[in-house]
Amino acid sequence: MAWHPLQGYRVVDFGSAWAGPQMAHIVADMGAEVIKVESRNRIDYGRMGGAASSKELLLKTPEALVAAAPERLELNPVFHLLNRGKLGITVDFTKPRGAELLRELIKRSDVVSDNFTPGVLDRYGLGYESLAEIKQDIVVVSLCFAGHTGPLKGTRGYAPIITALAGLDSVVGYTDESVPCGPNFAYGDHVAAMHGALAILVALIHRNRTGEGQYIDISEWEATTSLLGEPLMEYVMNGRIPGPTGNRDSMMAPHGYYPCKGEGQWVSIAVKTDEEWRNFCQALGSPPWAGDERFSDRYSRLVNQDALDKLVGQWTANYSPREVTEILQQAGVAAAPFLISKEQYHDPHFRERGIFVEVNHPKSGREVFYGVPWKLSDTPGEVRGSGPLLGQHNEYVFKELLGLSQDDFEHLVEEKIIF
Amino acid sequence: MAKQALSGLKVVEYGSFVSAAFCTKLMADLGAEVIKIEEPKRGDESRDYGPFPDDVPHPERSGLFLYLNTNKLGITLNAKTTTGMSILERLLQEADVFVENNPPKLMSEIGLDYVKLKELNPRLIVTSLTPFGQTGPYRDYKAYPINCCAVGGVSQSIGHYWREPLTMPLSHGHYQAAVSGALGTMVALLARDVTGRGQHVDISETDVWATYHVGFGITIYAFGVKDNLRKGYIGGGWTYPARRVIPCKDGYMALCAPQLKQWVKFVELMGNPEWIQDPKYRERHAMEDDYPEEVDALLTPWFLERTKKELFELFEKNAIPFAPLYNMEDEVNDVHLKERRFFAAIDRDETGDLKYPGAPYKLSKTPWALARPAPLLGEHNEEIYCGRLGYSKVGLVALRRADVI
Repeated sequence: MAWHPLQGYRVVDFGSAWAGPQMAHIVADMGAEVIKVESRNRIDYGRMGGAASSKELLLKTPEALVAAAPERLELNPVFHLLNRGKLGITVDFTKPRGAELLRELIKRSDVVSDNFTPGVLDRYGLGYESLAEIKQDIVVVSLCFAGHTGPLKGTRGYAPIITALAGLDSVVGYTDESVPCGPNFAYGDHVAAMHGALAILVALIHRNRTGEGQYIDISEWEATTSLLGEPLMEYVMNGRIPGPTGNRDSMMAPHGYYPCKGEGQWVSIAVKTDEEWRNFCQALGSPPWAGDERFSDRYSRLVNQDALDKLVGQWTANYSPREVTEILQQAGVAAAPFLISKEQYHDPHFRERGIFVEVNHPKSGREVFYGVPWKLSDTPGEVRGSGPLLGQHNEYVFKELLGLSQDDFEHLVEEKIIF
Repeated sequence: MAKQALSGLKVVEYGSFVSAAFCTKLMADLGAEVIKIEEPKRGDESRDYGPFPDDVPHPERSGLFLYLNTNKLGITLNAKTTTGMSILERLLQEADVFVENNPPKLMSEIGLDYVKLKELNPRLIVTSLTPFGQTGPYRDYKAYPINCCAVGGVSQSIGHYWREPLTMPLSHGHYQAAVSGALGTMVALLARDVTGRGQHVDISETDVWATYHVGFGITIYAFGVKDNLRKGYIGGGWTYPARRVIPCKDGYMALCAPQLKQWVKFVELMGNPEWIQDPKYRERHAMEDDYPEEVDALLTPWFLERTKKELFELFEKNAIPFAPLYNMEDEVNDVHLKERRFFAAIDRDETGDLKYPGAPYKLSKTPWALARPAPLLGEHNEEIYCGRLGYSKVGLVALRRADVI
């Protein structure tokens, strides 16, 4: 088996839903032993949804589903995706003995991660202060909607609410519609997950050098807003409030998505310099409008881009996105096809770079996951299997790692502490 | 100054615009020493971008540049001259990390491909941020952020399915590549502590979009569920409102209530309007999938009578996870962010006192810090060339005359 760069590090992951689990799978891919904590009283909501539940079941809680149809909790491939390569345990830490077991486990761990609303872990003696007493160099990364201090610290919010409050939604939308549409994917969760993973790695680097652990407070809101320097500076410097810019760019024209032959077929084109413009016109066979004064320099093209977009769109409509790409790239002009997931899966770029990988899940069978996007030449890491079944690794963790006897283990199961 | 997690780490940045600059900013803000190399005279492309105070363009006053390059040392260097290249090589022999965002072809042409760099310094970690990565059929394609959004699949999730797709604006792909670059670099540093070897970290902006951001779409596709994500929030299957934006008196509100109790409470706050009795508006799945605009229209009048602030307070009090679409003014003036000291101020002659977006994470023992503003063009030439590399001041003048720096 290949050596992985985070081999030997152990992470106790209390994450649920999206951001927490995704943050922890990033370190799992690099070889860390990530132990996901659930219990039948507190199942990750991520197990719901997708193939796991029909519409009527979605209205129920996962705990209700345990009673009704437990096998369904093992069927959501997106849950497996976000919890890939992790071990799964079930322990009820609202009971003192359960919390004690986790403290024992954390004593033997390097990192604790969670995305609870502030205060949950503290309530059960699992907050940073208590943990640092038993494991002085522990790294705790705690991620939540608005951070762990401040008047809005108790606010809950799902991904669409993060990008709204973080200011991103206000700059994503069509220029000719009054309502900004925002991105229709969980950007705020992903941004928080990646920053969380980065903070874990940085804290481990520091710990390895100095022996000092620490507590990391992450606000999903702030992580997202920290990426908006450009529009924020516009307000700070000039008092102007930027709105959606559609597919417009302040430096490039043409710049956008242009229709191609066939339904839902689009190609992206971006032209920046005068040289690129000349190449672009040539690649199009120097149409009569190419010499038009309205498009003679970068400034004119920016001013007259509505007219320019129409003309470009008339040309692209004769070709497929890949044909346009081929013609323009040959001429040194930036162009690329608009792809949906299905097309990405078959695209030669992703194939050759091995971006999507197959895994096998004991209950749901073959699954296709995204792999590690960063290619590290020496220690690449890998997707180390699908997601865990509920409590799949209880025996390993409680008996092998913590040294419980068979009798003690069975007793704790009976008491619904390991549950 | 407090100790920082990456104090002592030596980073050299050789690139332009956003991705490389943001990647090393993440490290510089945590204490790494970043030497940013800029082209003599012209400087980094982001110096042209602005925004500029009072709309007066000036290379030392570009908001984008200032924000992307905090805490760095700046030198000018023309690596296309022989002398320039040998200076760069000396810097890289001393460095831990080299971050660049140049086309792979160019890097080979100027003799900075990874094979060569590895010979120069086997412990060096080389982090390359490019549109499509160092391998694959599109490696040498020309691409701007919108093209990576296209192939990366992220545009399938932005905009309406009946219209043209939208790009993520404001070079967001560059930021995402940068964060992944920092992640890969940190892993490579941890690996180096064990192996003693550096390595090449190859980041494709397109691949970052296609994985962490919309990669779940592939998983869903493999199961034969919806393949056009623009038709519904994260693949559909949610209940109204999964993700709706509704105008209010002075802006917009974002609505998302997956739990029934949240929706029931909200309807109650609206005073249980008559239409809610209609069975059509009790089917939250159909409401989301089949006629969301109709439901939006029913809610809108109530929202239009109220301000963002009023609504946010009301929802906050009642544990309903709806929030305003903050604009940049709202961000800068928000009380919660103020109390958390999110915005950091830095004063300098060229721009006066400015607020910058601050820490994306709060590390208790080794805090993020804004210690110095972005460098002026060539600001640290003397410090690096004379102080570190042993050139005399006269030598510096000669380098300048010869267009090396």
